[in-house]
Amino acid sequence: MTLADRRQLKHGLAFVSPWFIGLGVFLLYPILASLYFSFCEYSVLQRPMWVGAGNYVDLAQDTVFWKSLTNTLLYAAFALPMGLIVSLSLALLLNTGVRGLAVFRTIMFLPALVPMVALAIVWLWLLNGQYGVVNNLLTRNQLYWLLYLGYALPVAAVVGLWLYDRLALTWGAARAWAAGLTSLAAGLVIIRLLHPESGPLAFALAERFRAIHQGPPGWLADPAWSKTALVVMSLWGGGNAMVIYLAGLQDVPAHLYDAAELDGANWLQKVRHVAFPAISPVILFNLVMGIIGSLQLFAVPYVISPTGAPDRSIYFLTMYLYDNAFTYLRMGYASAMAWILFIIIFGLTLLALRLSKRFVYYEGG
Amino acid sequence: MTARSPLAKIVVYALLAVLSVLFIMPLAWTISTSLKPADKTMVLPPEWWPHPIVWRNYLDAVTYRSKELGYIPMVRYARNTLYLAILSVSGTVISNALIAYGFARIRWRGRDALFALTLATMMVPFPVTMVAVFSVFRHLGWIGSFKPLWVPAWFGSAFNIFLLRQFFLTIPRDLSDAASIDGCTELQTFWHIILPLSKPALAVVGLFHFMYVWNDFLGPLIYLTDERMFTLSLGLQAYQSQHGGTEWHMLMAASLIVITPLIALFFFTQKTFIQGIALTGLKG
Repeated sequence: MTLADRRQLKHGLAFVSPWFIGLGVFLLYPILASLYFSFCEYSVLQRPMWVGAGNYVDLAQDTVFWKSLTNTLLYAAFALPMGLIVSLSLALLLNTGVRGLAVFRTIMFLPALVPMVALAIVWLWLLNGQYGVVNNLLTRNQLYWLLYLGYALPVAAVVGLWLYDRLALTWGAARAWAAGLTSLAAGLVIIRLLHPESGPLAFALAERFRAIHQGPPGWLADPAWSKTALVVMSLWGGGNAMVIYLAGLQDVPAHLYDAAELDGANWLQKVRHVAFPAISPVILFNLVMGIIGSLQLFAVPYVISPTGAPDRSIYFLTMYLYDNAFTYLRMGYASAMAWILFIIIFGLTLLALRLSKRFVYYEGG
Repeated sequence: MTARSPLAKIVVYALLAVLSVLFIMPLAWTISTSLKPADKTMVLPPEWWPHPIVWRNYLDAVTYRSKELGYIPMVRYARNTLYLAILSVSGTVISNALIAYGFARIRWRGRDALFALTLATMMVPFPVTMVAVFSVFRHLGWIGSFKPLWVPAWFGSAFNIFLLRQFFLTIPRDLSDAASIDGCTELQTFWHIILPLSKPALAVVGLFHFMYVWNDFLGPLIYLTDERMFTLSLGLQAYQSQHGGTEWHMLMAASLIVITPLIALFFFTQKTFIQGIALTGLKG
């Protein structure tokens, strides 16, 4: 090492020095320590006592743990794709050269500013089964049918659009439109068939479909609806992702659209074959952030009910982890849960990154 | 991609109008409830326009005392939150700027390896390290004090280091070289050249950390034990858990008191804000 190199090293280390403490004390040590704790019985008040794989064995037999794990994965399985579809659709809509873009963007972004605790309280009131304004609007205007469309419409629309896209080149646009619309209609017909009273498939119904026709859903008071309520809240407060998508869309060079137009592409094809590939890195980023965020959901359900009521239907992994660590003082057990959460997040993120190699396009990369 | 045909335009504006109403409705209802007298909150069908308008609710939410209603010491909570915000925001901006400078503008052995490690830790969620970090603070005797909530901010965070490093990298090398020829030390270059040019990025980091502190719930829940030290988020939750389900006008007023400063902040810093969000998404 030359003298200059050594001086550089000294300066570099001096500037970075706070990070050695930050990285060591608040990240690396806790990660390793919690791995060690996860094999111990540890109540903070006493020294950790080694119990081998005991905590993990107990977890495997702990029904509350499994319940909280399924809740977490179920929530993520709905919140992630819905968040992607909704925020991307909003961004596409805002990117059509509308006047007053800033106003619309602000309106749709505003809820993202609401702190989690306030958001939970506001929605507790909005979704109140008896006096809540949401149920009132649904009941008074006979809008129950909207609830059928909740998850089904976005999914049917995506499938329909996908079908259209596949067929457009070989079949021509008109027939492809027909096919896409047919599948959308088919999706909606299937939902209609699931109608609890008149639908032939009524026998195969989930509790929730029956519940709709017995009156408006109880939302946060009904185990069949509470997770859906949380998904609705997350969509309302999901403006961050929308702004990121919009910024990505605005960066797509116009000449790409022009070229596609010369080849006869319509709006939909330009979105699918120009805009999506161009913003695919942004989609991946939001997806990874979504995975990390939705799997550690805590504040909103905790404010609604610290015990995850009704029927533990909104009791999530992080809530059980918190309870074990700070209510029951079972820090070792909590650490084992923390590691399982870590592995799940790590695994899913890796999976997303691996899958992304196929569809993410990096300019110049 | 501009919508050109008149029909497309109509569809787009109609959709935007409907969606705007949907997005605004929850906040509008919150404001409406917060201005109602107690006996008018739970009325069927719901009344959108409060009558009479009770501005006092806001004063009551801050100062009202009675056995049944309790009292939300909002002013105290706000002071606690601001105290934490000032200490952690300044810590975050200063420490991450220094660290990012070390990663971006100085070449030293081991730098890239350490940076790779830093990036790898970006994925570690707080719940995973929560138990062990708590035990560290317990050994230090800091539980029940504000320290666990602001001291860590002075030691950098992976995401902000990454963000500022990316920004520092875009500043031409020549500027640093010129400064060093003129006899500037690294610290002087950092202070006189890099920092003034990085104001937008520093503003983004500071602003978002302020939002984070204002919003943070799990941290205060774990570390704060004395009710007089609660932050706004934690205080609001404590009030809701005791009085939720009945005093909706109070709860809505209190919630709005917590929400409004952030919305005001957003309107004053809108450009930085929107650019900042886009920046985190596009550079990440």
